[in-house]
Amino acid sequence: MLEFVVPALNLKAILPQLILALTALTVLLVDVFAGKDGKTSLGGLSLIGVVAALVTLFLSRGDFESAYAGMLAVDGFGFFITLIICLVALLSILVAISYEKVCPEIRSGEFYSLLLFAAFGMSFMGSASNLIMIFVALETMSISIYVLAGFKRDNLKSIESALKYFLLGAFASGFLLFGFALIYGAAGTLDIVKLGSFFTAHPDLLHQPLVMGGVALMTVGFGFKIAMFPFHMWTPDVYEGAPSVVTGFMATGVKAAAFAALVRVFFVAFAALQTDWTTIMWIAALLTMTVGNLIAISQTNIKRMLAYSSIAHAGYLLIGFVVGSEIARSAILFYLLGYAFANIGAFAVISAMGSKGEEYNELSDFQGVGFKYPMLGLTMSIFLFSMAGIPPAAGFMGKFFIFSEAIKAGYVWLAIFGVINSVISLYYYLGVIVRMYFKDPEREISIAAPAGTLVAALSLAAFGVLQMGIFPSYVWDLARASAKMLM
Amino acid sequence: MIDNQSVYLAISIILFVIGAAGAICRRNAIVVFMCIEIMLAGVSIAFVTFSRANQSLDGIFMVLFVMAVAAAEAAVGLAIFVLMYRKHGSIDLDKFNLMKW
Repeated sequence: MLEFVVPALNLKAILPQLILALTALTVLLVDVFAGKDGKTSLGGLSLIGVVAALVTLFLSRGDFESAYAGMLAVDGFGFFITLIICLVALLSILVAISYEKVCPEIRSGEFYSLLLFAAFGMSFMGSASNLIMIFVALETMSISIYVLAGFKRDNLKSIESALKYFLLGAFASGFLLFGFALIYGAAGTLDIVKLGSFFTAHPDLLHQPLVMGGVALMTVGFGFKIAMFPFHMWTPDVYEGAPSVVTGFMATGVKAAAFAALVRVFFVAFAALQTDWTTIMWIAALLTMTVGNLIAISQTNIKRMLAYSSIAHAGYLLIGFVVGSEIARSAILFYLLGYAFANIGAFAVISAMGSKGEEYNELSDFQGVGFKYPMLGLTMSIFLFSMAGIPPAAGFMGKFFIFSEAIKAGYVWLAIFGVINSVISLYYYLGVIVRMYFKDPEREISIAAPAGTLVAALSLAAFGVLQMGIFPSYVWDLARASAKMLM
Repeated sequence: MIDNQSVYLAISIILFVIGAAGAICRRNAIVVFMCIEIMLAGVSIAFVTFSRANQSLDGIFMVLFVMAVAAAEAAVGLAIFVLMYRKHGSIDLDKFNLMKW
């Protein structure tokens, strides 16, 4: 008879995530008992939860290495991803509170608790150390976001975006799972660390069809989530239809979480196969950024434009992934955080561009905004400069770290293509700024003055972007220390 | 004589391919979703086969999680379909062209 050992319950190791989940449940409960007036407090309540999670994240840093019998790696890498996710959730909630005026549906417990559950799943994706954990965390995140994307129940575009995201997301997770199954068949374990040591110990097994097929299918599955070419088709439709605040949340959070899982699986489990997947990823990086940037130029809707730009950013991140050194992994982390600040900020501005029931998402609606609404114009310019990679913004430092590391590692051509792509992207990013400041409005738009929470979100995001651009050393050191501790 | 494991693996691959092909070709959202469930059934058979071959329980646990998650996904998916049908009067994927596909 097997002896049953009760596993250690390291609740303290997952305290930040635990707080996120408990806040989500509390918000649901309060929603039931609160009257119509009480619903305005739901956003504030979730905000408190996220701040508490951030504080405990820093307090409990470095206490553990792994928890729950190797299911979770509570390492530096997971810490940094959780940090990004918490900041993304914090900014999204701040924006959502002011977005309630444009889209009254989101003033409900479901919205905030789904957002928190999604953040909970994302942060576990960053620290999952077992393929089962990755799958469950991925689905926790995805299912919450399918609902969030369709949250404007009366808007056909929003429902359509939820439907497309749901079908393609479920389809992609099928591929991911079959990849997991094949790898499990080859190695007999689902633990990422054990997979790594198994493949290092058995180099003769590396090129059998099971392993190659598994890696290929997993690349497809993750490729969908990070919007890698040629699995990017869903991105513009989903980003355009979803409520602006949700678009900002998923453009940054989902990307960070999926990239984290991709990095962990490929660098820990398939480290022995690195020479094989580097070639494929090289081509994927080049095509992803080029396709994203070229199609973004011809867009007339700003949300669609930023969707294609987010595809291009996945391409830049993939350069860091191809280079694969420890510094390149720190550069990926740094870039993800800088991108998160800039992108959430940009979508915060977009979500402010609306009055009840109507949103102004066309590029021509931005004409003249710069002088009429100076706060929106100024912050939007900062975020767009950052995404284009112009100093002194976070995007410039991120690109600098990634490209310089690519050159050092001998991927000169990839770095050159990256720089060419950044120049192409300047065209459409600056196009928005030119419209905001140098063109007269085509139609009269009336939007409410930014609410206090929106101002807070915009200032926080702008502060993050500029801080990381002008004094990058603090975040860079943090990213360096975090990437070192990838188990 | 073919060993049992290959037979089961072949079945799982066939199911997966049928599901994937159906998900790409069919235009009715519910049929597409059923095809995705067929893919997941293929995945589950592969996991159980390998679990037996490797003499480890991980694969079977994975199948339990796959089933639980598939149920959650079905709940959310069908809700989205109902919402779509009410608003749009159809769940034919070819008819959704408010945005460029």
